Amino acid sequence: MASIDIDAPGTSQLFIGNEAIARGALEAGIGFAAAYPGTPSSEILGSLAAVAKKSGIYAEWSVNEKVAVEAAAGASFAGIRALAAMKQNGINVVSDFLANVVMSGTGKAGLVLISCDDPSAISSSNEQDTRPIAKWLDIPLVEPGDFQEAKDMTKWLFDLSEELGTLCMLRSVTRIAHARGNVKLGGLPRKEHKAYFEQLHDLKRVTPTTFMPVPSSIRHSFLHMKMDRAREKFELSPFNRYVGPDKAGLLIVTCGSCWLYSQDAVKALKLDDKVGILKLGTLWPLPEKFVAEYLNKSQNILVVEEIDPFLERSIMEMIANLPPSSPHPTFYGKRSGHLNAYGELNPDMVIKAIANILHISYQSRDIEYGRKAEAATKSYVPGRTLTFCPGCPHRATFWAIKNALKLDGRNGLVTGDIGCYSMALGPAGFFQLRTMHCMGAGSGVANGLGKLGQFGFNQPVLAVIGDSTFYHAGIPALINGIYNQSNFVLIILDNGGTAMTGFQPHPGTGMTAMGEPTKVVSMEALCRSLGARVELCDPFDFKSTTATLLEMMAEGGGAKVVIMRRECELVRSRKEKKPPYKVYVDPDKCIGEACGCDRLCTRVFQCPGLIWDKKAGKAKIDDVICTGCGVCADVCPQGAIIKEKT
Amino acid sequence: MSAKKLNKDPLNLIITGVGGQGNVIISLIIGNAFVKEGYLVTVGETYGASQRGGPVMSQLRISTESQYSPFIPDGCADIILGMEPVETLRMLGRYGNSSVITMVNSRPIYSIDVTAGQAEYPELQSLLNTIKELSAKTWVINATAEAQKMGSPVFANAILIGALIGSGILPIDKTSVEAVLRETFLREIVTNLAAFNKGFELVK
Repeated sequence: MASIDIDAPGTSQLFIGNEAIARGALEAGIGFAAAYPGTPSSEILGSLAAVAKKSGIYAEWSVNEKVAVEAAAGASFAGIRALAAMKQNGINVVSDFLANVVMSGTGKAGLVLISCDDPSAISSSNEQDTRPIAKWLDIPLVEPGDFQEAKDMTKWLFDLSEELGTLCMLRSVTRIAHARGNVKLGGLPRKEHKAYFEQLHDLKRVTPTTFMPVPSSIRHSFLHMKMDRAREKFELSPFNRYVGPDKAGLLIVTCGSCWLYSQDAVKALKLDDKVGILKLGTLWPLPEKFVAEYLNKSQNILVVEEIDPFLERSIMEMIANLPPSSPHPTFYGKRSGHLNAYGELNPDMVIKAIANILHISYQSRDIEYGRKAEAATKSYVPGRTLTFCPGCPHRATFWAIKNALKLDGRNGLVTGDIGCYSMALGPAGFFQLRTMHCMGAGSGVANGLGKLGQFGFNQPVLAVIGDSTFYHAGIPALINGIYNQSNFVLIILDNGGTAMTGFQPHPGTGMTAMGEPTKVVSMEALCRSLGARVELCDPFDFKSTTATLLEMMAEGGGAKVVIMRRECELVRSRKEKKPPYKVYVDPDKCIGEACGCDRLCTRVFQCPGLIWDKKAGKAKIDDVICTGCGVCADVCPQGAIIKEKT
Repeated sequence: MSAKKLNKDPLNLIITGVGGQGNVIISLIIGNAFVKEGYLVTVGETYGASQRGGPVMSQLRISTESQYSPFIPDGCADIILGMEPVETLRMLGRYGNSSVITMVNSRPIYSIDVTAGQAEYPELQSLLNTIKELSAKTWVINATAEAQKMGSPVFANAILIGALIGSGILPIDKTSVEAVLRETFLREIVTNLAAFNKGFELVK
């Protein structure tokens, strides 16, 4: 399996879209890459960081997305091609800087922003289409329709960014970012990077990229000129093309992964000679002349895109500007209800939309088989609710939280945000989480709740936040809680890395993205320096963790901090092959359903390593799943679960 | 290497199991073996930390003609490789058809819904019979049990890949897959190759 820096031009490699993007950046000769991890974007910086030293580039995990883009802009200002990558939420975090950098323009070297959207919010707290920010802030925007384009477009965007003197954006979605496909490689440039920030006094003649104290409204007018120039370039782009008959019964206009779905759908329906596809790669500014030329292919237009009707609306706006004599086709898509304006699409949804518009029927399999298969699934296949991994410290933490809140007795609650621990909204964390919004939001929301004492509020407030999230967005909320004396306990779930997105290092780990040791930004030293009371707990030690939580809740006063420190089990098991304990159930001690606990271990604690032996009527350890953390031994009131040091 | 024409193009292969079992690595190995032989391959998968313990699947679309989308349309699977029995049936329910070929690891993984008593895990033999009834051909492999004999359940992955190649239902050579295995499993390559060959022999 090839690394993204393989020097084999012309060969075809099986890359995920994110690797293709990273390869495109290498082929463009970037020198600087920065990102904050977030599914589905993380492998872009991850794969660049893995080859950074060899390739003579710099790559970093920044503390958050705003700093990532600002850092990348710094490189661009000093003449180094730079890339920043993030998931949709990151675009919100960095939007203030984006709104400024489009006014200033970039430096001599290209600056490219990669935004990976997660339609259906498969790994996200929200569902959001980031394309509208390109329209809102005047950013040239492209969207790759396959893996090859993910590489080729990224490479080309650096040239475009330099030619226009503005930041350019590539929008990707989960099914490009995280799917794999063939990518034919180009060559890797071998050039020395030389960085220098040119200032006014260095120059005999100012260039368009020189920083000048020019009023914003004038710079805004320059930006509009850049966008006009971008539109001219887009009119001729090979990333926009039409496939299909000269005159079509239906014209599909599409972009991104929907280009693949649309082709699949037309093939499945065998309508190649009736349905045409206009595939757009350059989305904003819309190449209006190019689009207008193909709109008369059919009287019926179906726009297929994820998530918002972005193209659909843009094309309608465009048509409103055409002379009255031009054709005014009927539009189908999200506004007509033929496709959803939420969730991701797939070939079946496009098949259904086409079949509906053209009044044709489609059957993918024998009806009788379908009936039988669906009936068997219904009667035989149990659900599989998501849960924390076996041996996960979060399960233990939420067990302690649940018990502490119960013992406290004032109906306390937990606020939270994004991370594996978001699953505490459900049975994995015993339904303890009550709010879940963006990065750091649990700590912010707790600030408000913690100040409601004067209105009779006396419920204890616990805010959970991951270690990486704490550095990203938790610190201002904690400072606020100390300054304004808000009464809440901030629980930092320190599992030693950015676990949910693949164990990327963060400022508390002492390791850089490029694998170099670095200074540790100690979260406990930081919190103490702010004046907070800080307690360290091991979540696997229920008893003392529960006692600490109880005491902190009872104390009152301003914001306090509990650090739950225990390494993510997936990291531990990679380092230490041997489980810490051999765990088994003593069948003589487990009295099964006769026990007053009512199967506390399997019914409530629900670690996947614990199963219920129905025949014997006793709990059992599944030795394929159990990681030997030994926590369940402390959950069993009968002492029937035995842990022995290995 | 140039690709042999496929009897059915695209060839739609599903690999399914439970998060953490290793279906991503299997899809990567098989996908890379096809790319080495000159095919156009698209692999789609359910991904992300939150999927652990949940149902997961990879979908491979293999073609000599074009780059397909990472989603197999409903009812259009050609081959289903199941690392877990009920997950195999779940896939048959949505993607199966009267000519689908199934290979299934017989070791159940109970979900928390089952252990909590909110759902029932079906009796294994009748579950396997249902899978057989819904498939044109079925192989049942005791991959986890064989892997545990070799020292760890993780070797079930290499056993299943070996069985898939040994069954002859994929148009790729054993040697191309072995080459990819060597590139993938840098550690424990000896046991993984032994597991691969074990799987290969199990279906002979």
